[in-house]
Amino acid sequence: MSTQIARHWRLNSQRYQLVGEVCPNCSGKIFPPRDVCPHCADKERQPDYQFSGKGEVYSHSTVYKVPEGYEEAAPYTVALVKLDEGPLVTAQLTDVANEAVNIGMPVEMVTRKLKTQGDEGLIVYGYKFRPQMVAS
Amino acid sequence: MRDVSIIGIGQTPVGEHWDLGLRHLGYQALRQAMQDASVDYADALYVGNMLSGETSGQAHLGALIADFAGLRGIEAVKVEAACASAAAAFRQAYIGVASGLQDVVIAVGVEKMTDDVGSTLTAGLASAADADYEVIHGLSFVALNALLMQRYMYEYNVTREDFAGFALNAHANGVFNPNARFQKPITHDSFMKATMIADPITLLDASPMADGAAAVILCPTEQAREFTDKAIQIRGSAVATDSLSVHDRRDPLWLQAAEISSKKALHQANIAPTDLDFFELHDAFTIMAALSLESCGFVERGKGTWPAKDGQIALDGKLPITTRGGLKARGHPVGATGLYQIVEAVQQLRGTAGENQVPNARLGMTQNIGGSGATIITHILENNN
Repeated sequence: MSTQIARHWRLNSQRYQLVGEVCPNCSGKIFPPRDVCPHCADKERQPDYQFSGKGEVYSHSTVYKVPEGYEEAAPYTVALVKLDEGPLVTAQLTDVANEAVNIGMPVEMVTRKLKTQGDEGLIVYGYKFRPQMVAS
Repeated sequence: MRDVSIIGIGQTPVGEHWDLGLRHLGYQALRQAMQDASVDYADALYVGNMLSGETSGQAHLGALIADFAGLRGIEAVKVEAACASAAAAFRQAYIGVASGLQDVVIAVGVEKMTDDVGSTLTAGLASAADADYEVIHGLSFVALNALLMQRYMYEYNVTREDFAGFALNAHANGVFNPNARFQKPITHDSFMKATMIADPITLLDASPMADGAAAVILCPTEQAREFTDKAIQIRGSAVATDSLSVHDRRDPLWLQAAEISSKKALHQANIAPTDLDFFELHDAFTIMAALSLESCGFVERGKGTWPAKDGQIALDGKLPITTRGGLKARGHPVGATGLYQIVEAVQQLRGTAGENQVPNARLGMTQNIGGSGATIITHILENNN
C-alpha cells in the first residue's frame, strides 16, 4: 500500500487550518499558497495568512460515481467555495443534505476525514465546508 | 519557418480492442498513415499518450513504438498533456518540420483504456486535475466539469436540456463514421432520462472512454507533391495554458487558453472564425462544447448552447461541429483524441468524409483540450490544392 505520508504531511497547515498567504506587494490573499503571486506575479516570500474559513457556495455537484477511497460518504456533494477573502477553493460539503445545497449558500470550514485507505492505511484529514452555524 | 503539410492519415476503430496492446494499436494507425503517404521512413516520431503508465504499466512509448514499427534508431519521444496529448504530439511534429530540423515526421496518438477500467482508470483520468487541491477532495474528472456546468446554468439561466443538441448532433454524425465507438443515434428523451454521474452531468453529457490510435505524416509543403496530390496544409498551430485547477482561474466560465490559442491560430492563417467551414471541438462533456464556442468567439458569452438548438452545428449548418461524431460518439481515447480530430479534419478537407461530408470544405479548425481547460491546442488546416 502506498501511503505517501510526506506528501500529505507537508500540507497540514493548509488542510487543517486553511493557512494561505498574503502578497506583500498587492495585498492579495492567496490560497492555496504558491511561490509567485497569481495577481501581480510578485516573487517575494509571502507571509502566512489565516483565512477565516467563511465563504459561500459558488458551484456544487453531487457525485454518484465516486473515486476509490471515498465510498464511505457517497453520494456526496463537492463544491467550489468562494472564500470571504477572495479565493475559490475546491472541497466537499458536509453536515448538509445533498438536495439542500444551493449556489450562494453561506458555508464555513470544518476539519473532516477526506480519504481512507482500507483498515491499515493512512487516513487523510482536511477541510470540508458546512452551512454556517447561526447563533440563536 | 517552412510551411508544413499533412501527407498521410491513419486510424484504428475506437472501441474495446481486447486483442490489441498499446504497441499494436499505435502501429496499426502509424502503418496506415505511412501507406497513405507512400513513405517508408521518417526522421522522427512523436507519440501522444496520457495513461500508459497507469493502465498498461508502460512508459517510454517513443522507443517502444518506433521499434515495433520497424523504425528502430529514429528520434522518438512521448508527449503528454493529459487529454490534449495527441494534439501536443502533432504540434511537436509540426515544429520539427517547420523549423527545418526534420523533413518527414510521424505523430501518433495512442491510448489503451479498457485493460483496467476500474478505479485505476478513474484515478488516472483525474490526474489531469490538481492532485493536492482538487482530486484529494474526492472529485472525479466528471465532477470538475459538473461544477462548471452547474455554475453555467445558474449564471446564464439555462437548463440541462439546452445542452441536448450537442449530444444529439454528435451521435447523429457518429452513425456514418465506421470508426466511431457509438454508431447509433440517441433521442432527446434518452438524453433527458440518462443516468446521473455527477449532477448535472449524465452519461449522455459525457464522452465514452475507449481504446484507439490515430496517426498523421507531416512534411514540408514544398515537398508534399513528391508524395501525394492530396496534401492538406497546416495554416495555424498554437498552444496556450491556464491554471491547472478550476478554482485558480480568473473566470472559471471562460476558457482563456481557448481564446488565446484560437486567436493565435486564426491570426497565423489570416482568417476570421466565420471563414471556417467546420470546427472539430473537444466535446468531452456538453459544457465544454458550449464554453469552447464562446471562448473562441463563435458566439457571445452565455450563448454557447444556442447553436445546439437551431441546427447551426449540423453538417449543413453555418458551423458544423463534431462532424464525425466528436468525442461523444466517436469516443474519447484520451491521449489519442487530438489526432482523431486532425485525421477527421483531413478527411473533410480531402472530401472523403462520406455521409458526414461538409459540402465544399476547404478550411477547418480542430481544438484539443487537456484537463478542464489547462492546456488548449488549436490547429487550422486548409485544402489549397
